[in-house]
Amino acid sequence: MPSNTLFAYAGLSHASHATIKSLDLDAVRSAHGVVSVITADDIPGLKDIGPVIPGDPLITKSSVEFYGQVLFAVAATSQSDARRAARLARVEYDLLPADLDIEAGRKANSYVSPMHCQQKGNVDFAIDNAPFSLEGKFASGGQEQMYLEGQVSIAIPEENGNMLIHTSSQNPSEGQKLVAKVLGIDYSKVTVQVRRMGGAFGGKETHANQWACLAAVFAQKTKRPVRLRLARADDFSSTGKRHPFESQYRVGFDKEGRIRGLDVDLYGGCGMSADLSNAIVDRAMFHIDNCYYLPAVRVRGYRVKTHTVSNTAFRGFGGPQGILAIENIIEQIATATGIDPLKVRERNFYTDEGNRNRTHYAQTIEQHIIEPLVTRLTETSDYYERRKDIRKFNVDNDVLKRGISLTPVKFGISFTMQHMNQAGALLHIYTDGSIQLNHGGTEMGQGLYTKVAQIVAREFSVDLSRITCTATRTDKVPNTSPTAASSGSDLNGMAARDAATKLKKRLCDFAEKHFSTPRSSISFNNGQIIVGKEKYPFEDIIKLAYHHRVSLSATGYYRTPKIYYDRETATGRPFFYFAYGAAVAETIIDTLSGEYRILRVDICQDVGQSLNPAIDIGQIEGGFVQGMGWLTTEELKWEQTGRLASHGPATYKIPAVGDTPSEFNVELFPNSPNTEATIFHSKAVGEPPLVLGISAWTAIRDAIASIAEYRVSPILDAPATPEQVLAACDHLRSSRAL
Amino acid sequence: MAKTHVTTTINGDLKEFLCEPGDTLLQVLRDELGLTGTKEGCGSGDCGACSVLINDRLVCSCLVLGVETNGDVIETVEGIGDSDKLHVIQEKFLEHAALQCGICTPGLVVSTKALLEENPNPTEEEARYYLAGNLCRCTGYDKIIKAVLDAAETMRESA
Repeated sequence: MPSNTLFAYAGLSHASHATIKSLDLDAVRSAHGVVSVITADDIPGLKDIGPVIPGDPLITKSSVEFYGQVLFAVAATSQSDARRAARLARVEYDLLPADLDIEAGRKANSYVSPMHCQQKGNVDFAIDNAPFSLEGKFASGGQEQMYLEGQVSIAIPEENGNMLIHTSSQNPSEGQKLVAKVLGIDYSKVTVQVRRMGGAFGGKETHANQWACLAAVFAQKTKRPVRLRLARADDFSSTGKRHPFESQYRVGFDKEGRIRGLDVDLYGGCGMSADLSNAIVDRAMFHIDNCYYLPAVRVRGYRVKTHTVSNTAFRGFGGPQGILAIENIIEQIATATGIDPLKVRERNFYTDEGNRNRTHYAQTIEQHIIEPLVTRLTETSDYYERRKDIRKFNVDNDVLKRGISLTPVKFGISFTMQHMNQAGALLHIYTDGSIQLNHGGTEMGQGLYTKVAQIVAREFSVDLSRITCTATRTDKVPNTSPTAASSGSDLNGMAARDAATKLKKRLCDFAEKHFSTPRSSISFNNGQIIVGKEKYPFEDIIKLAYHHRVSLSATGYYRTPKIYYDRETATGRPFFYFAYGAAVAETIIDTLSGEYRILRVDICQDVGQSLNPAIDIGQIEGGFVQGMGWLTTEELKWEQTGRLASHGPATYKIPAVGDTPSEFNVELFPNSPNTEATIFHSKAVGEPPLVLGISAWTAIRDAIASIAEYRVSPILDAPATPEQVLAACDHLRSSRAL
Repeated sequence: MAKTHVTTTINGDLKEFLCEPGDTLLQVLRDELGLTGTKEGCGSGDCGACSVLINDRLVCSCLVLGVETNGDVIETVEGIGDSDKLHVIQEKFLEHAALQCGICTPGLVVSTKALLEENPNPTEEEARYYLAGNLCRCTGYDKIIKAVLDAAETMRESA
């Protein structure tokens, strides 16, 4: 960083819902090291950075809508001076009643946007006429992304009022757009660069923008580079998380456990603004079926407003919440019918038999992968044998109880906003034969740069070491979509391949003419270009092509085919394809303390034809553990003031190395190329495995259920913290006593 | 505020620096000395990303003040292997693909080195117990444990 760099920090609200009576910043201005202080009035351009619809003030002016909202910002000569000064404001609030959870938001009839409904068949008739029916409520908690590297941005003023932003963001193009609008300058004057992120998980899709914009306002004002990095506790309090969800359902089914009809209302806790909540609640609705055919269904998705930080993307983007809702219902049906939950699941799988293959939004399931995948996993994990052993163990033991569960996932791949499904790439070949690659995707540890470089290396048949992937920059590939929705390799891989294909065609055209040889005799092989009987090193042909004035630079572009969704009729084909997987988790719980351990996990995941098995297995293991954390130990707690109490790893417990299973078997489902024309027939792998963490939660539920001989459903919301588990155990013990 | 003069040995070299009384060792390493391999994950001693060795003792450098380290021998990730020749632990992390975003990796490499110096032949449980202070949000830890145990074996063989 240049030596004249300033350090910025945000002054945060200490009320969750209030009007600001007065904001006295004298002490901030006169604090040691302070160079500049800004309020909402100092923003030169756009003051609201809501990514889809307004509602997210860059700096709030007269009202506060969550504890930790930005009231002002300060720039000083050191990080500690800036942080210290940001705490010196004297703020007087007129407190207003705050709706801190979904229930309060619903009572207040407060929503960030209108409800959306998807419906198929006559639901009420189907449920009323089913042999059995159940109704209930279910809640799942939010989740902090807890990327190990917090939010950070640096704004560097350049000539002619231009601005260069280095930021830890999944969405450089949106950062560029918002910085430009906030500064009141053309998009073309702002360049955003993202070399890599230290984890993101959705938390840097829209919630990185605010810090980049604040740094940019200071940089424009002071003509000095400005860095803004949030301390962990403020990162927790002031940036969005996974949406908590509540659901109410009524389900009709037969004695075999087959669902006849499902009526479910999903309430997503959106926080104080819409942010990405519409698409997130939609994705929960799209996934309410998981792998199961629902003959008649009505799902309503409500977007509840609360006076908490605006919730945002987190790996799975609502999908896991929808799937968890139906997996809970499946468990309830299994208890009610006395059938093994795995059997109930299998009986409800989508199948072409009897045309049980259309989703509630009218997309036809074309590839039936889940059935053979689950059959395989049932065998490799020895599910039934172990289940028998566990039943015996539970009869023999009073205090410790074990549980086992298999849960599947079907995850829809594509942004549900059609226009976002596009990507660009830029490819240069230099005269030494080395290749520089750039694309719109960002690297956050998921291995995207490696995968896309592999694709280019494979196209030219050159060694991977010949490819350099440069930092994602808005001046290299413009108008990109966020690296999100598991789409990174699908979109950017195809765009890079398109660029490579163009360059290969140019090289072939040239060679055909230059060597007077038919096209069919030219091929790329192992660092060489073969022309007829001659073999030339790749770089020799490149040099030759350059001397014969062949352009060695190309852009590539891709847009996903086939997809659309009509919101009016709530039908369409929003997903290009589905990724599947299943996990078996085994747990042991202490029924007197509620403590538990996950003993063993077996996973089989469908990644199509894997682009890189090591990377894919890493995504699967990491995704599973993150999903397990969401449903077990990760609990967000707010004080009555609306202050987040669990604001760091000491109070918010993500899985540590001792919490993960010591036996962890992961297999990529073999011989299962994607039937759609994706990049080398691979499948997305980022989000789907997170959903498999549900098996840990259902395994715990299974262990608890043993207390009452599996006849009573445990009352267990998510996360299943030890406290929740103990309460569920106590409840079953008392029901047994009756 | 008056700055204090501190003399330490870092990665084998004598290092002098000036720091304010409130500056943490982490701040000194990163901002004063440019040793940015040590990462700040939480700043509260709960994640282990800033792990370093002080006089062979594993600590979170965010919980140590710079002024406290006068006369100490400090080892950071930069002192473990170099870009020409990686340490066995680093090689094994790469071989097992035991890292994704990489922010936890330097701390884990330092902690693993401390573990293997204390206990060259740890059981899996001992390794998990020792590394419990190093959080990773990406990998799910399985590959990390495999890398650590593999590194232990390789180091025992070459010892």
